[in-house]
Amino acid sequence: MTAPAVPHQPVAPRTGARPAGRRRSVLVVGLVAGAAALVLCALVSVAVGAREVPLAHAWDALTAYTPGDIEHEAVRSRIPRTVLGLLVGAALGLAGALMQGVTRNPLADPGILGVNAGASVLVVLGIVVLGITSPTQYVWFAFAGAAMASVAVYAVASLGRGGATPVKLALAGACITAALTSLITAMLITSTDSLDTFRFWQVGAVSGRSMETVATVAPYLAVGAVVALASGRVLNALSLGDDVARGLGQHVGRSRALAAVGIVLLAGGSTAAAGPVAFVGLTVPHVARAVTGPDYRWILPYSAVLGAGLVVVSDILGRVVARPGQLQVGIVTAVLGAPVFIALVRRRKLAEL
Amino acid sequence: MSWSLGALVLVLFVVTLCVGTFQVSVVDAFRIIGGAQIQGATFVVWDLRLPRALTAVGVGAAFGLSGAIFQTLVRNPLASPDIIGITSGASAAAVVAITMFGLNPALAAPVAFAGALVTATLIYTLAWRGAVSGYRLVLVGIGMAAVLNAVVSYAMTRAEVTDAAEALVWLTGSLNASTWSRLPGLFLPLAVLLPAALVLARPLRGLQLGDDLAAGLGVRTERSKVVLIVVAVGLAAIATAAAGPVAFVAFVSGPIARRLARGSGLALVPAALVGASVVLAADFVGAQLLGGVRMPVGIITGVVGAPFLLWLLAQSNRTGRGG
Repeated sequence: MTAPAVPHQPVAPRTGARPAGRRRSVLVVGLVAGAAALVLCALVSVAVGAREVPLAHAWDALTAYTPGDIEHEAVRSRIPRTVLGLLVGAALGLAGALMQGVTRNPLADPGILGVNAGASVLVVLGIVVLGITSPTQYVWFAFAGAAMASVAVYAVASLGRGGATPVKLALAGACITAALTSLITAMLITSTDSLDTFRFWQVGAVSGRSMETVATVAPYLAVGAVVALASGRVLNALSLGDDVARGLGQHVGRSRALAAVGIVLLAGGSTAAAGPVAFVGLTVPHVARAVTGPDYRWILPYSAVLGAGLVVVSDILGRVVARPGQLQVGIVTAVLGAPVFIALVRRRKLAEL
Repeated sequence: MSWSLGALVLVLFVVTLCVGTFQVSVVDAFRIIGGAQIQGATFVVWDLRLPRALTAVGVGAAFGLSGAIFQTLVRNPLASPDIIGITSGASAAAVVAITMFGLNPALAAPVAFAGALVTATLIYTLAWRGAVSGYRLVLVGIGMAAVLNAVVSYAMTRAEVTDAAEALVWLTGSLNASTWSRLPGLFLPLAVLLPAALVLARPLRGLQLGDDLAAGLGVRTERSKVVLIVVAVGLAAIATAAAGPVAFVAFVSGPIARRLARGSGLALVPAALVGASVVLAADFVGAQLLGGVRMPVGIITGVVGAPFLLWLLAQSNRTGRGG
């Protein structure tokens, strides 16, 4: 179910004057430039840290690795967090765009719709009851929790007339989040050891993760990304409203369910590996939409690239700003993402989806 | 409606005073409040339970009223101070002070108060574009809440684990620190803010119809809104300062009160009474009914309050009155 370039687009391009073909080539060039910028970001990310390595030397460490060279070792040790940052960022950007498209809700975000809280509550349960301590073990708990919370939020919101409207979804998400947060606190208050483990996961970080953790979540993120990228046309149709989408020949219920699977894989996987990273899923699709216009076939890949960039740059900033310590990436994304978000809220109505 | 809710608050208050590991009869409880000295019982009732129960009533009423004002003003059930980041501002200020500057948690109140006021001013300024629209206010508030929660998370990772545990109890909302000496800090501002809220809220009836219609009816909307928001922020801030951000009380009190007082408009007094009942009952459950484990009040309000609101939401969705 890939999205080939079809002549009749469900959503008309908003530029009346500019020919659609030229606009498309501009967007392709933008995407390629974005991907190139990502490579550069990744290179900077392995070079910058407590021990500074010149870019050329960092490149050597990747292409002509000399065991024993302390700078090469330093660069190598930063690879897992860089890869994880790229994966988590792209996954969260895609998850946010999918959620906003499926629910037609400008506020949709794994954090706001309760998915992160669901992942957190089962991770805490794992820490407190089973004594797990490593991110590799968190993964399954986080997936299960994310899935359960998504289903619960969607089920409550779709009761009654009108189905799952944006307001009902946001309300249900906020309720579930609050309820689960209380449960989490109840478990943590009785166990100081668990609090000690949990607080470092909960802040949202890509540091201190092994390549093994990355490898554990990567397949799920990949499947989720394929589902997401293939959903562009469906989301375009859904954005016109359920009735129109049905008229265009979409199976609305089935499309939503498939997208939900994608969301759980992407959001659950990234939360499992990095903890709840704030704001990427909420902010990135809005920025992407500002660049591409309302066509989801472009919003989705742009969200992936921009999300990956945001997380990696945030991780670099966190290392530079608080040297020799570091700020966790979740804090930096919140501090960076919030002003962008607020500026967007101020500039125009976010309801235009 | 208000009378029966008031009676409920009174019953819960008396039960809280009498029931516990050390049982006191209702008659004795009233005699102790009247000034009688009863071996053992006076200490338990007068020094331990009475200030705690009074704090519960004050905190609950302040949260309930604050939430109801915000929700009515912004015409959005999500716009309670706990959702749009005002209590997060109080929490962030207090937690940073406790964990990073070694502040004694008992002295966190003024810091929390300042944090809430600064946050509210920021949110309002950022949401201002000629006028404040409710939707924008909620969105900006959610953004602020995310940043502040990140600050709290960061402070928690930097702290010693014992300090973090202490901060967690405060963050949850707890009445453990209620003493007579701290009551004036809660009730003196309340004595000003509660009547002020009720008087100022009269124009709210007009605002509820929408800004344009209210202006047509002669309500000076912006000025009324600003004054009311200041009062509502003050209420949320003193309540947070006294007991921490007790989850969900501000969020649930308004909707519950409006459902109970069908069709009678704003239901501000019922909202305050519902808030007081919720905090009293939740603290009683957390402290007495869990068989040995003593849970802070905020956990009970969250665990019990959230499903209740979900149920409310499901009900109103089913009957077609939801969003």
